[in-house]
Amino acid sequence: MSTIEILFYILSAFAIVSAIMVLISKNPIHSVLWLILVFFAISGHYILLNAQFLAIVNIIVYAGAIMVLFLFVIMLMNVKSDNEPQKKLLIKFIGVISGGSLLTLLISLVKQTVQLNGKTVLMKEGTIGLIHPLGKALFSDYVVPFEISSVLFLSAMVGAVIIGKK
Amino acid sequence: MPIQYYIFFCLTLFSIGVVGVLTRRNAIIVFMCIELMLNAVNLLLVSFSKMQHAAALKLDAVSTAGIDAQIFVFFIMVVAAAEVSVGLAIIVMMFRNTHSIDINFLNRLKN
Repeated sequence: MSTIEILFYILSAFAIVSAIMVLISKNPIHSVLWLILVFFAISGHYILLNAQFLAIVNIIVYAGAIMVLFLFVIMLMNVKSDNEPQKKLLIKFIGVISGGSLLTLLISLVKQTVQLNGKTVLMKEGTIGLIHPLGKALFSDYVVPFEISSVLFLSAMVGAVIIGKK
Repeated sequence: MPIQYYIFFCLTLFSIGVVGVLTRRNAIIVFMCIELMLNAVNLLLVSFSKMQHAAALKLDAVSTAGIDAQIFVFFIMVVAAAEVSVGLAIIVMMFRNTHSIDINFLNRLKN
């Protein structure tokens, strides 16, 4: 097994274990920290695929801004650990069964598709993830969604402030 | 690396997010599992873009096929950031009114 495959398996295992710990943790602050680890693992996957811009933006935006916002809200509302009524065990069991059946259904669907055999992913090379071609495509072909996203941000900010006002 | 490995990994992360949304009672944890699902989809889109880039590079040595998916991922992050700010504002407002963020409790307060 080459280095790239070993790195892929290590990062995948790390991400899946951290995601399961997000669900299992009683303290919400621990869940946020495990989710930050998931984001770091996914950024590692992006770097393996040579999507360097998305890796850095993922860390800055998701782990750096959105999760910090979550932490602020959790600490503002002073959320202690969840309390556990007895009925919740059945709900957890049913939730895991339904999620597991969704996963089984989708994996069997992917295994059946013959058109995906032989398609490989170009890792560690390829220039489309670098910032120069991405910037050129963003500002030439996709400039209209780019400008509309600025309007989206403005409306989100105004909406958040109005919702938060007393 | 065959594409199926990436698809299986992203499907696992996505279904872990689905289980989290169905199971947890804390509204903030539900929101965080939605972000987990969005990230799984982002990784899947980037791996598909590299698959198309690999196929296009075999025909033509310089080509930027497959860059659209990475720009789409960029816009998904944009939308997720805007959605998180509005969603957390709503959660803070509900907490201010009812002093609870348990979604079972909030569900019973239909008035």
